[in-house]
Amino acid sequence: MKTIMGAIPQPGITGSASEQTVASFTPPMPSDKAGPKLRAANIDFFYGKFQALHNVSIEFPQNQITALIGPSGCGKSTFLRTLNRINDTIRGSRVTGEVVMDGINILQVDVTELRRRVGMVFQRPNPFPKSIFDNIAYGVRINGLARRSEIGEVVERSLRRAALWEEVKDKLHKSAYALSGGQQQRLCIARALAVDPEVLLLDEPCSALDPIATSKIEELLLSIKDQCTLIIVTHNMQQAARVADLTGFFLMGRMVEFNKTDIIFKTPARKETEDYITGRFG
Amino acid sequence: MRRLWRKAVNNVMLTLTGLCALVTVSALFLILGYLLWNGGKSLDWDFFTKLPLSPGELGGGMANAIIGSAKIVALAALLGVPIGFMSGVYIGEFSGKNMANVIRYTADLLNGVPSIVIGIFAWTLLVVPMRHFSAWAGGFALSLMVIPVTLRATEQFLGQVPLELREGALALGASKWKSVVTVVIPAARTGILTGIILGVARVSGETAPLLFTALNNQFWSKGFGEPTASLPVMIYTHAISPYEDWHRQAWAAGLVLLGLVLVANIAARMVLAKGAATQRG
Repeated sequence: MKTIMGAIPQPGITGSASEQTVASFTPPMPSDKAGPKLRAANIDFFYGKFQALHNVSIEFPQNQITALIGPSGCGKSTFLRTLNRINDTIRGSRVTGEVVMDGINILQVDVTELRRRVGMVFQRPNPFPKSIFDNIAYGVRINGLARRSEIGEVVERSLRRAALWEEVKDKLHKSAYALSGGQQQRLCIARALAVDPEVLLLDEPCSALDPIATSKIEELLLSIKDQCTLIIVTHNMQQAARVADLTGFFLMGRMVEFNKTDIIFKTPARKETEDYITGRFG
Repeated sequence: MRRLWRKAVNNVMLTLTGLCALVTVSALFLILGYLLWNGGKSLDWDFFTKLPLSPGELGGGMANAIIGSAKIVALAALLGVPIGFMSGVYIGEFSGKNMANVIRYTADLLNGVPSIVIGIFAWTLLVVPMRHFSAWAGGFALSLMVIPVTLRATEQFLGQVPLELREGALALGASKWKSVVTVVIPAARTGILTGIILGVARVSGETAPLLFTALNNQFWSKGFGEPTASLPVMIYTHAISPYEDWHRQAWAAGLVLLGLVLVANIAARMVLAKGAATQRG
């Protein structure tokens, strides 16, 4: 059900990201560290006849946190969900354009392998109705990533990376539902980290959490960014300002502006961005 | 004036609906009480351990009918539950919407087929070619009634598994099939199990399909190939007989059957409550 336009894998886009024009009105790409881990170009997305995304292009630099902000219904979640193709499951949906990871168009690769490499954390914590241990081990087991004897190690390492180990080490075989909301969300992050993803997508991961749980998640994100590339959709602009290196502003299915976070928040180039940031709408 | 009228209507409706609710509740308790009163008198240890006696001899039991019912119902569950469950998974998770509608509608029709018609069908299909009544035929007939109930329960409880869980599994690299087997079905497990228990309990009281298929037997039946006694048919034959002692036995059998169905219902509810408790943690 997928139309792929210009879907020729392009090896060697490791060079300067500034060669890519993201949108006609945005300044050159601000990635000054490594090349882009993930690059989306000219993404159009349709739910049936409704076009939810218009020509979105963006580059995500390696080991950086990129925030996507914008009012409800602006397409930022839809865009995030094209990056691991979880939107494929929606009947009548269609995407055109290309998403290139490490030089390979992900719209053409095996989707289960893609999702192993591009993890996702959802808006509401969604632990499986299984034990804490089995939740973390799930991805490792279904992907056959570790031998039986090594799974315990993977579980401990993942829980430590998500700063949850100390809280749950004595109840690994209790139901994941026994944890608090914030713990459940960190469990979901640990579960995603257990399969060693190269990119981690987070879809408003803190919107159901209180401020303390939120700050724990934010600390956690900052602590794992040296291991993977993070892309976070958030409604909370302070959160974007606190954690993100780069920020993209979406409005009505278009990416209006993309730049370093402090530039977006201090000297945005576009009036819509400024209006949104200063709370005039959205 | 208007206010008085409104108040009067309100009171009448309240009384009417309340009375109807009372009738519903008392129906069960009347049946239960009546059965306890009549059946309790004849229910003794012999009922569970001995064979029925000829008319005129006092005593005896229905051990063969209890075992026979167990055999037939087990067969029905063994045949019907997997087929109903798999079809439920198919329409709940894999088929398109139109196909699901067609299959669901067909299952509802099958569920609505009068049980006596199912009996005749099984008779034509199995009893006539095999040239004798058997537990096989009885189990087959009842399985046709287990299938739609299991299918509906499976589909319904699979449908209640939140999208977030499915996406959570897919996002970790699970294929559709793997996500269904490892996450969706386990999440719906208790609900499906409850539906299956209730459905199987329901068919264990069916009489008409067995009249044409398993028939009855005053003695033990070997294996599954012989005419087999069952509690509902035993109740029927004993109740229409002219003998006082057989009537008492029929009441006792009715009590046992109802007791078994009630136990199954309570068990189903306990399974569901336990499932809900583990979900909460």
